[in-house]
Amino acid sequence: MTHAAAAHHTSMGLDSRKMAFWAFIGSECLLFGSLISTYLIYKGKSVVGPYPHDILNIPFTSVSTFDLLMSSLMMVLALAAVQRGDLKWAKIWLFATAFLGILFLGGQVYEFTSFVREGLTLQTNLFGCTFFVLTGTHGAHVTVGVLWLLTLWVRALQGKLGPAQALTVEISGLYWHFVDVVWIVIFTLVYLIQ
Amino acid sequence: MTGSRGLRSWLTTTDHKRIGLLYFYTAFAFFLVGGLEALLIRAQLARPNGTVVGAETYNQLFTMHGTTMVFLALMPLSAAFFNYIVPLQIGARDVAFPRLNAFSYWVFLLGGLFLNASWIAGPVFRAGVLNVAPDAGWFGYANLTERQYSPGPNVDFWMLGLQILGVSSLAAGFNFIVTILNLRAPGMKMMRLPTFTWMTLVTQFLVITAFPVITVALVFLMFDRFFGAHFYVPQAGATPLLWQHLFWLFGHPEVYILILPAMGIVSEVLPTFSRKPLFGYTVVVYSGVLIGFMGWGVWSHHMFSVGLGPIADSVFSATTMLIAVPTGVKIFNWIATLWGGTIRGTTALHFAVGFIAMFIIGGLSGVTHASPPADLQQTDTYYVVAHIHYVLFGGTIFGLFAGIYYWWPKMTGRLLSEALGKLHFWLTFIGMNLAFFPMHLIGLLGMPRRIYTYAPDLGVSSLNLVSTIGALLIGVATLVFVVNLWRTRSHGAPAPNDPWGGATLEWAIPSPPPPYNFSVIPTVASRLPRWKTEHHDPMPDPPAAPPAPVHVPGGSWWPPVAALGLPVLALALLTHHLWLAFLGVAIMLYGIYRWAFEPFEI
Repeated sequence: MTHAAAAHHTSMGLDSRKMAFWAFIGSECLLFGSLISTYLIYKGKSVVGPYPHDILNIPFTSVSTFDLLMSSLMMVLALAAVQRGDLKWAKIWLFATAFLGILFLGGQVYEFTSFVREGLTLQTNLFGCTFFVLTGTHGAHVTVGVLWLLTLWVRALQGKLGPAQALTVEISGLYWHFVDVVWIVIFTLVYLIQ
Repeated sequence: MTGSRGLRSWLTTTDHKRIGLLYFYTAFAFFLVGGLEALLIRAQLARPNGTVVGAETYNQLFTMHGTTMVFLALMPLSAAFFNYIVPLQIGARDVAFPRLNAFSYWVFLLGGLFLNASWIAGPVFRAGVLNVAPDAGWFGYANLTERQYSPGPNVDFWMLGLQILGVSSLAAGFNFIVTILNLRAPGMKMMRLPTFTWMTLVTQFLVITAFPVITVALVFLMFDRFFGAHFYVPQAGATPLLWQHLFWLFGHPEVYILILPAMGIVSEVLPTFSRKPLFGYTVVVYSGVLIGFMGWGVWSHHMFSVGLGPIADSVFSATTMLIAVPTGVKIFNWIATLWGGTIRGTTALHFAVGFIAMFIIGGLSGVTHASPPADLQQTDTYYVVAHIHYVLFGGTIFGLFAGIYYWWPKMTGRLLSEALGKLHFWLTFIGMNLAFFPMHLIGLLGMPRRIYTYAPDLGVSSLNLVSTIGALLIGVATLVFVVNLWRTRSHGAPAPNDPWGGATLEWAIPSPPPPYNFSVIPTVASRLPRWKTEHHDPMPDPPAAPPAPVHVPGGSWWPPVAALGLPVLALALLTHHLWLAFLGVAIMLYGIYRWAFEPFEI
């Protein structure tokens, strides 16, 4: 954030931090790809229940999916506000994005605890292993994103988030949208296609 | 911000050249440790029914030898050159993210120390022995690594250590991709990049795609061992083959992560010492890129013996034979580069030519594994050990030594002794062939790998003794090299800017280069900027002093602080202390936040 905003000359014409971040996202695709593949490979291989259809609550998760999608919209609005130097709305939209992220995490905590209560833990069966590690890794990513957004929000409160920092906000937005897209894939493959 | 001398300046440095030197010395120290482990293995196998070490220690020795050489010696020795040489070759003042670069180094160092701490950590875990080093092989096959079969902390050290080291490699991967793509001097088009820089770029793409896969495999193992999950437990319906697939999906690209930088080095050394441009530069670059892609499609050739079925076996056999094509293309290009050149037989050239010869042998035995019926005879025998050492010792290490003799004067301002260098080369060359060639026969005669002893009536006793003598010779050769390194401190001839008449940018500036590298960023007009070509005169060297003061980024404490969080976190898992986990996260967050808000202008 304290990087000199004046763009250095770059050979490809793309800011180095942004390029590094795209490379990071590419790398993350392999991480989630491996987790999701494992989930699919072990689908239907559990030898004891509870099985996905016993326990997955599609209406509830649809709501939290919608919540995460809306947070992506808030993120777009936050970036637009920062780019036009509108500190007031930058604060509002950044907080809204982070808040929806927290809400999603709250939903995940509720989901995990209710599953544990219904008898699905990491130790129960392969569904439990793959489900908790996959969605838990995603949840960890959301947590990092929320911390990042709250940090930006505090910077905005301090009046230090002007158009010169737009790139920083844009990169955090790239991360947030990526985590969102990953959830869409997880929601489709884990919840909708049982 | 910080002075240029003293411990503090090294702890906080963000200068790619210093970080390169730190990588070199650290990785070389680990190389010696890994070599010592190899010598103990060979001492044990020198005679049938050997009693130098017991079975348990032997398991730890071969596991740590493999893990150390791959992750703590070869990869970071390549990284030493990525750090020191790549920014110079592209005409840059540093890497794209100097602090991230420092972070990579510190994570590597701490990860390496964490792994090796297992040699003396026994008392901490009341294990009743001193050494509780990893003992399940460098490939850590499931389900041997499950708590049920490996109850001690040994495998915990391994899987946590590798996760730490993965962070280091990934961070460096992003950094170097951006550095190479974005920090090129004016006129340095992609197809004018020196071959070493090109191979570095391909390597880093392999790193950032392959390491997430092993990270996931290790995370699964971690959940199995610490939290009672069943990712690799057959009784729960899981298949231990999942580990093999994930590990080799990483593991085969990893092979190319280890060899491509050495191929890049050889592609620099051969043209310089034959005074001829690299033959077929474009083809060498494209075959490197092709190897990068194809490296992703061959992993199951490590798994022919598990019975994947005829279709999978045929496909992976075909792709494996196919990947030999771009590799062979490179070999012919190197030979054609030498052909008709004005050869100067320096030590660097000796190692580069040795690389070609040894890598051909390793490559050919590799193609024999590509055929499943032959592979079934070779799997888990010493034949495979012979192959891997021709590729990684005869290949990677020869390439790295070529690079050391070639670039040492640039990195330190001192030339290594050529006389000692030649002695080092010939001892290494003879030693490695004595050590590793007999292993082909030992393997085909039926001696399995990873078994701590063998019976005299197997008929491999004298071959094993020869192999041990060869290993000792490599040890002596390495001592000669250490003496050579040590000597340069006081006796090495001072190196001019360009002791070899090289074509690339690093030779246009002083040895060692000033902190800002180039007094004026050069403008590049050809692929061989410092040589006279058909269309271009040699580029004039930059002036001795910069016309205006050059901004050089100051040091930072926060990369090493953030790095410290990782081993603390690993220690928390190892010792089951929750407060340590919080401490590790707190250290990391503190480091990252101070880092993010530190005034630091690149």
